[in-house]
Amino acid sequence: MYDFLFLALFAGLGVALVAGPMGSLVVWQRMAYFGDTLAHGSLLGIALGLWFSWSNSIAVVVVCLFIAGLLIVFERQHLLATDTVLGILSHGSLALGLVALTLIPGARTDMEALLFGDILTVTTAEVTVVWLMAACVLIALWRLWPSLLAITVHEDLARVEGVRVDVVKAVLKLLLALVVAISMKVVGVLLITALLIIPAATARHFAKTPEQMAVLASIIAMLAVCAGLAASWWLNTPVGPSIVVSASLFFVLVLAGRGYRPLA
Amino acid sequence: MTALIELRGAGKSFANRTVLQAVNLNLVPGRIVTLIGPNGAGKTTLVKIVLGLLQPDTGSVQRSVQLRVGYMPQKLHIDPTLPLQVDRFLQFANADTAVCLAALDRVGIAHLIKQPVSGLSGGEMQRMLLARALLRKPNLLVLDEPVQGVDVTGQEALYQLIGELRDELNCGILMVSHDLHLVMAATDEVVCLNQHVCCHGTPQQVSVDPEFVALFGAKTALYTHHHDHEHGLHSGVVNGATSGLRDATCSHDTAQQAAKEGSQPDV
Repeated sequence: MYDFLFLALFAGLGVALVAGPMGSLVVWQRMAYFGDTLAHGSLLGIALGLWFSWSNSIAVVVVCLFIAGLLIVFERQHLLATDTVLGILSHGSLALGLVALTLIPGARTDMEALLFGDILTVTTAEVTVVWLMAACVLIALWRLWPSLLAITVHEDLARVEGVRVDVVKAVLKLLLALVVAISMKVVGVLLITALLIIPAATARHFAKTPEQMAVLASIIAMLAVCAGLAASWWLNTPVGPSIVVSASLFFVLVLAGRGYRPLA
Repeated sequence: MTALIELRGAGKSFANRTVLQAVNLNLVPGRIVTLIGPNGAGKTTLVKIVLGLLQPDTGSVQRSVQLRVGYMPQKLHIDPTLPLQVDRFLQFANADTAVCLAALDRVGIAHLIKQPVSGLSGGEMQRMLLARALLRKPNLLVLDEPVQGVDVTGQEALYQLIGELRDELNCGILMVSHDLHLVMAATDEVVCLNQHVCCHGTPQQVSVDPEFVALFGAKTALYTHHHDHEHGLHSGVVNGATSGLRDATCSHDTAQQAAKEGSQPDV
């Protein structure tokens, strides 16, 4: 009877698990705006999916990868500042997605579900996809972790020590695109970045090593998913925003409990 | 002696602007070469070519097959959101904790092994970077402004450490420096760069070279003013050809320098 609740919980926990290490990297490398851009672009992915009758997840992944590729190309050109390029890609693709969704004949889309998530209607197939993708991303992060940290600390030093910096950076962007694609159903286009950065920022206060921060961020994100689902169940609030509110509450509580002390 | 790296006629330009032209550079084991030059002289570009991060447009780069480079970057900014302790920082170069500790011990900061990197002082940070470069067991050390952000006593100690490391490892060292005075004492050869090699040679030769004087003479000369005390005692030491290039009230360091060099009146 409560199957849908368990499916929702499973999907949410899968996303939260991978959001820990990925969110930490997003925070360290200041990629929050990039995450937002991918998230906005995924709306365009949904539109494309409806247009060509592809599965949603595939269409979203395709568009996110395309945007990540565009950004890599733009960054190499050095014509515009990165945040300007991101602004163009982010809002351009969001607007295009919104327009495209209304133009598609016969498509009745629930805009609110797209923007803020619709985890309670998640299917078994979708949960499987979430966990498969999460597993792939986690394995890739595991393998690349030393290189990812090394380029976070100093790119040229990493390069001299033999890290293939450009490849690692490109792969990180692509992995983030995958995470965005699977997060969309859980928290929606507008809140994906929050699920990545708020648990990581909270975990920062307790962590002494990068690995501690990544693992703690996963745990905090999972707690936020549970709390958000519970709040939604008892208070009848939308799930996606409830998850993000829970994560934000954790952050505020930690900040208040800790007071102003320098970070370790 | 076989060269670790030999640049012949290396040139590089970015967007039609020439940054380096016809640079010859020869780095051999056991010799400290210091690269000096004004901002925009192409020092960073030359270092990147030596490191293999950039390829020259013209000329050639010969690398010894045994070349192992230890690189100490100019500045390390660790974002405060990244929790990172000194031991973890060193593990990027070598995963063995005992080896990391030995390297830290060699540069004199073994007690800082569990400290967060973001809390280190300027001198401690430079020593940590040096330790990481050592972990690569280099036969060439490339040190980009190694004493940056270090007070003057610390600078002397650091240059001394670099000299000791050169003797122990018999490695070649390429240093980039702004601090003309202290570095002169710590180096075997100076290469004065301003897009091309203006002049090179021993510190004594370079410091009287007209091209060097034209670049640095009027402003910074051989020396910057670090101390805040009176020192009439040494003022008589400053005389001769280059004394007009320096602030006459700041002769203290110059006198020390001269003493160290075995009384070279012109340095």
